[in-house]
Amino acid sequence: MTLLAERPSPLSHPEEPEHGHEPSGVLNWLTSTDHKVIGKSYTITSLVFFCLAGVMAVVIRTQLASPDGTIVSQHTYNELFTMHGSLMLYLFAGPFAFGGLANYIVPLQVGAPDMAFPRLNALSYWLYLTGGLTMIAGFLTVGGAADFGWVAYAPLSNAVNSPGAGPDMWIVALVLTGFSAIFTGVNIVATIFYLRAPGLTMFRLPIFTWNMLVTAILILVAFPVLTAALILLWCDRHLGAHIFTTTGGGVPVLWQNLFWFFGHPEVYILALPYFGMVTDVLATFSRKPVFGYRGMIFATISIGALSTAVWAHHMFTTGVVLLPFFSLMSYLIAVPTGIKFFNWIGTMWRGSLHFTTAMLFAVGFLIVFLFGGVTGVLLAAPPVDFATHNTYFVVAHFHEVLFGSAVFGGFAGLYYWYPKMTGRMLRERLGQASFWFMFIGFWVTFLPQYLLGLHGMPRRIAEYAASEGWTGLNRVSSVGAYLLFISVAIMVVNFYISWRRPIVASGNPWDGQTLEWAAASPPVHHNFTWLPPVRSERPVWDFNHPEHTTQQHRQSDHATDGLVGVATTGFTDTGEESE
Amino acid sequence: MKVESHLLLFMASFGAVIALIYWFFSYDDGGTAMLTAFALLGLLPGGYYFWWSRRMAPRPEDRPEAKQSDGAGVVGAFPGSSIWPFVLGLGAAMTALALVFGFWSAIFGLTLAVSAVIGVIVESRRGGAY
Repeated sequence: MTLLAERPSPLSHPEEPEHGHEPSGVLNWLTSTDHKVIGKSYTITSLVFFCLAGVMAVVIRTQLASPDGTIVSQHTYNELFTMHGSLMLYLFAGPFAFGGLANYIVPLQVGAPDMAFPRLNALSYWLYLTGGLTMIAGFLTVGGAADFGWVAYAPLSNAVNSPGAGPDMWIVALVLTGFSAIFTGVNIVATIFYLRAPGLTMFRLPIFTWNMLVTAILILVAFPVLTAALILLWCDRHLGAHIFTTTGGGVPVLWQNLFWFFGHPEVYILALPYFGMVTDVLATFSRKPVFGYRGMIFATISIGALSTAVWAHHMFTTGVVLLPFFSLMSYLIAVPTGIKFFNWIGTMWRGSLHFTTAMLFAVGFLIVFLFGGVTGVLLAAPPVDFATHNTYFVVAHFHEVLFGSAVFGGFAGLYYWYPKMTGRMLRERLGQASFWFMFIGFWVTFLPQYLLGLHGMPRRIAEYAASEGWTGLNRVSSVGAYLLFISVAIMVVNFYISWRRPIVASGNPWDGQTLEWAAASPPVHHNFTWLPPVRSERPVWDFNHPEHTTQQHRQSDHATDGLVGVATTGFTDTGEESE
Repeated sequence: MKVESHLLLFMASFGAVIALIYWFFSYDDGGTAMLTAFALLGLLPGGYYFWWSRRMAPRPEDRPEAKQSDGAGVVGAFPGSSIWPFVLGLGAAMTALALVFGFWSAIFGLTLAVSAVIGVIVESRRGGAY
């Protein structure tokens, strides 16, 4: 059925609109074009990939727990770290954000009945699923899965050094998931530009939606480059082209340029959505509006723009890139990120803090990501990078950044929106247990890896001699990995309990501020039966707390808070919005 | 529509400025080409939105003082359940897998993809169920 969605208004009838026959069960999963069904499918699929990649990480850490590890062969080890990286980055961290949570939440946050292109949205999911399964299926081929690292550097990834169907399946999988990401990007941009509720101007959008908009634009910048590069790589492997070869006029470092022109925006595609989730979670559980709302948005835009001009800081040691330019641009990213940290702390400052599981994960994100960010500034200095390139120092750095955002930030978002998506609450006690296991396990895993890197342990080695003196720190790191495994296991138990013994969630269990909390939990078909008037960036809060609206909050800040008031005013109350 | 176009045009001008600086700093064709493409990617839709934003009245979602009733009425047409995205996805995946397994995979894949395209067109024209 093609459905004409009416925009809900105070005058419209409260009963559900007629929407014909919708199938249920497996047929619903196969045929639904509802962003809520697709968003849930994406979330579950990406979490399954996350668990698979996590198991691979546990095997890797077990191998490295003692010198001359013999758990897996060197070849299998190469497959494992390649697939761990590929699954986590291409199939979990990205799709979990822009396919899962954003797909579900962005239309709700803008007050829309669905995504702008529902059938394209469904196609995105099917390309993502088939791509993901293709990547995993590489393990079933004779030569095994791809084993050249998630970056597939030429000439290691050519037909001589990496023969077999596994690497080809890896290439095809990334082409498919790349298209899926591009389609989702188009969908998110169109939804935010065209389907907002009346009164919801761009500078009243929740920060999560703003970050998803910038993320979607970055997807459109970055993923086509990767897809093109992959096709060129396939031509090298099968058609005898000499694009990335060392002979016949090819330039191997061109692959690195193309890959990282995708790869660096990709890092922010993986981080910005989680910044947005954390911002919304911090504001809700501090019972305050986002501090420096406009500053937050401009910081996001600056990070997005700058991320396109820093790609070669991954290639400092190739000796053929412009060190001062890329070093300077990389340093510049620290400025908007610093503004974000300032505003996150400002949002919590003198708020009424509620330490739910979501809030704990959000605060955990702040701490973990800060350390990852600071070591990132170190690595942006070419002298430091030359010393630590390809060591465990880099491994520890990007795990702090990516684990910090995608897992701490992502689970903050998941715990926050789980009641909206399922209509059920998760058990707080189990959630907090899983947080503490994860927080402690995280530091136990990755702090030793900084030291290992400074002691010279290279990345991607399957075994090391006892005489190197790396055994103790490696053992500590492996214990941390088991703690992380326990933490995720507790979370899975939590999901299972909420499935078997539900505690019903109301439409607005957290006293939320943004439009998704005006819908039922889970929302009805086409989402809203009613929308509150939108007069600020937190319409639901203003409606529920007429005694303390966002406007009044700003005015009282202005009068009493001195410096804080000035800063808030400077960032938020300028321009056409003051009434 | 103004803010939307300004966002994209900002991205475009940032890409153009950086491409210029990068070119005179490095004389590297590859990187400059990619940065120029980034600038054009912002310019095309940004310019389109800018052109329109000067020619249309602000929509209810562009006006800070708009009431919910200002946007009452039909938002748009949203397709209901459809099997064709699944068929098209499967077809696209099988076509892509021809790069690994050989041409036979593309025969099945293209068949599925073409029937999905036909199916979805018929479905849209009819405006009815699958």
